[in-house]
Amino acid sequence: MATGEAMITTARRSRAARERPKPQGSHALADLIGLSPSMALFAVFVVVPIVAACVLSFLRWNGLGTPTWAGLANWRTFVDDPIAHNSLEVTAKLVVLSWIVQTPISMALGMFVAGRQRYRAVYAAVYLLPLLLSTVGIALVWQAVLDPEFGGLAWLGLHIHAQFLVQNWLGSGSLALYVLVAIIAWQFIPFHTLLYQVGRRQIPQNLYEAAALDGASRAQTLRHVTLPQLRYTIVVSSTLMIVGSLTYFDIIYVLTGGGPGYTTRVLSLDMYQAAFLDNTFGYASVLAVILGVIGVVVALGLVRFTGFSSMSSQREGMA
Amino acid sequence: MSRRWRLRPWNALTFVLGTGWLLVVLAPIYFMVLASLRTQGDYLTANPWLPTGPLTTSEYSTVFDAGLGTYLVNSLVVTASCIVLTVAISLGASFRMVRRTSRASGAFLKVLLFGLAVPIQAIIVPLYLLIDKMHLYDTLQALILVMSASAIPVSVLIMLSYIRDIPRELLDAMSIDGANEWKVFAKLIWPLSLPVLATVAIYDGLNVWNNFLLPLVLTQSSSVSVLPLGLYKFEGLYGIDVPAILAAVVLSVLPLLVLYVGMRRQMVRGIGGFSIR
Repeated sequence: MATGEAMITTARRSRAARERPKPQGSHALADLIGLSPSMALFAVFVVVPIVAACVLSFLRWNGLGTPTWAGLANWRTFVDDPIAHNSLEVTAKLVVLSWIVQTPISMALGMFVAGRQRYRAVYAAVYLLPLLLSTVGIALVWQAVLDPEFGGLAWLGLHIHAQFLVQNWLGSGSLALYVLVAIIAWQFIPFHTLLYQVGRRQIPQNLYEAAALDGASRAQTLRHVTLPQLRYTIVVSSTLMIVGSLTYFDIIYVLTGGGPGYTTRVLSLDMYQAAFLDNTFGYASVLAVILGVIGVVVALGLVRFTGFSSMSSQREGMA
Repeated sequence: MSRRWRLRPWNALTFVLGTGWLLVVLAPIYFMVLASLRTQGDYLTANPWLPTGPLTTSEYSTVFDAGLGTYLVNSLVVTASCIVLTVAISLGASFRMVRRTSRASGAFLKVLLFGLAVPIQAIIVPLYLLIDKMHLYDTLQALILVMSASAIPVSVLIMLSYIRDIPRELLDAMSIDGANEWKVFAKLIWPLSLPVLATVAIYDGLNVWNNFLLPLVLTQSSSVSVLPLGLYKFEGLYGIDVPAILAAVVLSVLPLLVLYVGMRRQMVRGIGGFSIR
């Protein structure tokens, strides 16, 4: 989750770190005890699997017997696989829609709860509640609410004569993806609201006083003070949102399993299907590598593209 | 006073919109709690939005009889073990990284940063094969090891950004006074980093408690199911008994809710992880 921010912080800090003098004396034993447990665990359960995923993508293996070399065959399969292409498209749609839906709402709510009114602190506490529920829990609750026969929405639709609420929300090919985007937004907007709340609180009050003196309107203040000052938060929030929605799995797996048809089949679901239902580990690894590469590239790209380093130093000076 | 006049309609509007979102957040939660207090028969006929008719906790005993207690214990064991393991080894690593006495610590940090950007989905296939080869498939140990390993990057980075703020002079002064590294750790790093350990523990704990993909891939038997997987299995077993399923969801979130009410500040910081300092 915290990918973007982490890389940013560390990139920023390591510059300062290099300037410090090295402590004298031998610390070999302390280094051994301090570093080796985490290094070993991380190497075995993260680094080795990363390498293995790349290697596996060139092998043919059903999990039993011995794997055989497949060369580029798995990759060619991917190039010709219409389901995988569809999954890429659905994933891209999910990412873009999630960003478009979540960012403005989180930003507005964040500014709202950053206000000093007492009731807003209470609201802020309630807003965070969805973060306590597990993704599976959220999926099950929404499944019940959206049930076309006994769900809460359908009931409302029947009793207040709003027929449009009586829909097969998750069973309709034209609706399911948008419903998932909405549920995912319900799950993650609280987190991003928290980020924007903290970001808004860190903007120095004197900037607003100056804007007020200049007779700036509410819209002008938002455009020329708040948004530029929130750049840092926007980058962090967007990075987390995009990298996170690239890999959404739980909610979709539980609610639609990728259906109806292939309308909600995202890449991570495709990979799961190839690996654990079709037992084609080689091909699944191709999809996994693609997922990993997109994740890393997007995370790094966003940090670079938005000129993050210059922003962070500006912020450091302010603090 | 004219300023106040101008502000009023705006405040009213934000109040209405803010309250609107409050309802969006609360409606499904309210629906869940109310439905969990009904029998299946009542659930199918009663108004799902008003507490009319008989309410009962019988579905809660149903899910406990169906094994929710086991899932709860498994989740507690896995979460507690992961927190202890991750916090301990990440603190050790962060301490050495701050001291920067070996090249290894710098290199490790770079590897962690890269590992952080790689989503767990990208390595789930080799992880499954590896766990199988180690004869750890379908054990809680598998979950503890993998989840702890994948929590290392975030944990180290949160700790590092905090420990680095301990004044350099303090560390150097201790070294000059002849304190060995163990003393520096025990007298300085450990006591000063206690607050950030809480943040890391909560952040990791929430992630482990709610993780679904790893248990789905690495375990199978009911005896080692953790809560999210258990909930999913309930859905398969009791598909039509919605109150029972929702009762299970309510029970699964209860421990976190108690923590949230009891220590909201720390929980919020833990939820924010990095992004809040």
